[in-house]
Amino acid sequence: MMARAVVFPRIRSRRLKRIDGFQLLLLAFMFLLSVFMLLPIVYIFNQAFKPYQELFLYPPRFFVSHPSLDNFRELFLVTARSTVPMSRYLFNSVLIAAVAVIAVTGVSALCAFPISKHRFPGHRLVFSMIVLTLMFAPEAVQIPRYLVVSELGIMNTYFGHILPLLAMPVGVFLLKQFIDQIPDALLEAARIDGASEFIVFYRIVIPVCMPAVATVAILAFQNAWGNVESSSLFMLDESMKSFSFFLSTLTSTLGNNVALQGAAAVASLIMFVPNLIIFLFLQGKVIATMTHSGIK
Amino acid sequence: MSNKQQEAAISAASARTKLHVPAAVPAPVPAEAGIRKREAWLLRLLKEIWVYRLSYLFILPFMLCFAAFIVVPVLAAIGLSFTSYNSIQKPQFIGWRNFQYMLSQDLIFLKYAIPNTFKFSLIVGPGGYIASFLLAWLITQLPARTQRWFTLAMYTPSLTIGIAMSIVWLPLLSGDRLGYLNSVLLKLGLIESPILWVTDKAHLMGSMIVTTLWSSMGVGFLAMLAGLLNVNKELYEAGRIDGVRSRLQEIWYITIPSMKPQMLFGAVMAIVGTFKSGAIGVQLSGVNPTPEYAGHMIINHIDDYGFIRFEMGYAAALSVFLLVLMYLSNKLSWSLFGSKEDE
Repeated sequence: MMARAVVFPRIRSRRLKRIDGFQLLLLAFMFLLSVFMLLPIVYIFNQAFKPYQELFLYPPRFFVSHPSLDNFRELFLVTARSTVPMSRYLFNSVLIAAVAVIAVTGVSALCAFPISKHRFPGHRLVFSMIVLTLMFAPEAVQIPRYLVVSELGIMNTYFGHILPLLAMPVGVFLLKQFIDQIPDALLEAARIDGASEFIVFYRIVIPVCMPAVATVAILAFQNAWGNVESSSLFMLDESMKSFSFFLSTLTSTLGNNVALQGAAAVASLIMFVPNLIIFLFLQGKVIATMTHSGIK
Repeated sequence: MSNKQQEAAISAASARTKLHVPAAVPAPVPAEAGIRKREAWLLRLLKEIWVYRLSYLFILPFMLCFAAFIVVPVLAAIGLSFTSYNSIQKPQFIGWRNFQYMLSQDLIFLKYAIPNTFKFSLIVGPGGYIASFLLAWLITQLPARTQRWFTLAMYTPSLTIGIAMSIVWLPLLSGDRLGYLNSVLLKLGLIESPILWVTDKAHLMGSMIVTTLWSSMGVGFLAMLAGLLNVNKELYEAGRIDGVRSRLQEIWYITIPSMKPQMLFGAVMAIVGTFKSGAIGVQLSGVNPTPEYAGHMIINHIDDYGFIRFEMGYAAALSVFLLVLMYLSNKLSWSLFGSKEDE
């Protein structure tokens, strides 16, 4: 006890002194790094609002001096010649993302709850299978996925977009880890009060797990919003393709020419901004979920 | 065999089924008793399954999608990898020939896809992972009020998913003097003529690595940050009393051991992300295959055979190879960070 009382103040004062200089230096370093990390994104924002003549300026200027909406108009004009207007791609993407977010969170939570709280025969097997598939990128098995989708007869339908997205093992994994934290007594109390299993799930598990649900929703949204695979492989009908696919066709025509860069910048803003806004609002919840993300 | 013994055997068997260890061959018992015993545990198992029918109903929707879009494709890939299949005629079994061809004759695969994939993954995988950890750690060392904003700044690039990423970078890396990087370097006098960052085979790989690293602070980064924020503070105090002197020692002896699970999750995410992002070369250079195969990865090779040449059997063999590669790298990180006391 004595020794501790003597040692403690000395350590604390040393620590305090070290924090100031170190943190100040660190703040400066991290600030510079953040600027570097955000540079391309700031650039794309500026690029999107540059009028035509500024896009071709030499030497190129980083910041826009006369912001205009020319590029937005240009983006709509690109599709004016084709049979499918851009609004259709956008509509597809919004619809797919909305349905996918709701369906993925619902399906994943429904699956995670019994794995965590019911001791049914096979629950360990199911969970270890899910952990195993965490390690695989579905991109590796695109071809058999294509065969499955065509066998199921969901080519050229919204199901073809949405159903493959539902198989998101990360979602079940994160939710299961989070549900593990709920004390069994809480669920038991509800059961004694006569709540059915579904009510327990809907009234207790989901509200308590809101951070994890939000995180899974974000991940599902990112997956759905940026998904090019389903449009390029499963959709032959042009009017069923998504905005992200449209964007990828824009880049392939982009090559090294500057003419469409403004339009492409606008399109990538449309891809990027929803992600940013959603994350901005839910950041705290995501971090809270990730606390339990560990694989033990 | 007495009644009691039999009961014990049955309960042991049912305990085994609970743990899903395949029931070992039962101890030598008369055939009839064996059958009776097996019937008994089957009955018990069925009863138990029936008791938990609601649980199965809950997991059903996910498991159906999971089976259809992950399990079946993986199994199908393994099956097809032993066949010759052009997607029109029936697959024909040809044994190991796809793998033999892949590892001995497919020059593009051996000369470009494998070295490129290894080079890319060895830099981007561990590099991105270590960077994620370091940045997450640095953020936790900052005053609490600023942490949120730096997290956002680091995480934001990973939101420019997929195709948007190449659009973000293309204007910067564009090969003429209008490309921003070129124009800056020209102005500084570091180069004399514009460099073709994404179309020259000498620079494509570098550009791919930089852009992927830039966007690699994703879910794994957030997981490690959360892990760092939740390390028990008392451990640090205890460590100081026990003679931990520097922050490096602190990281090594306290931080990393107490956030191993998150480190493992981060590693898994990094590996998957790395093998997934192989297609960036095609997106950056705008042509497939990339100029002189400079950015050709296994994943591009699969696309090439699967969707351009329609040699599905061979493409499946390539995917199996990639899956094995992923599995092995995961095994490695598992042995580094996995907890020793398995459940």
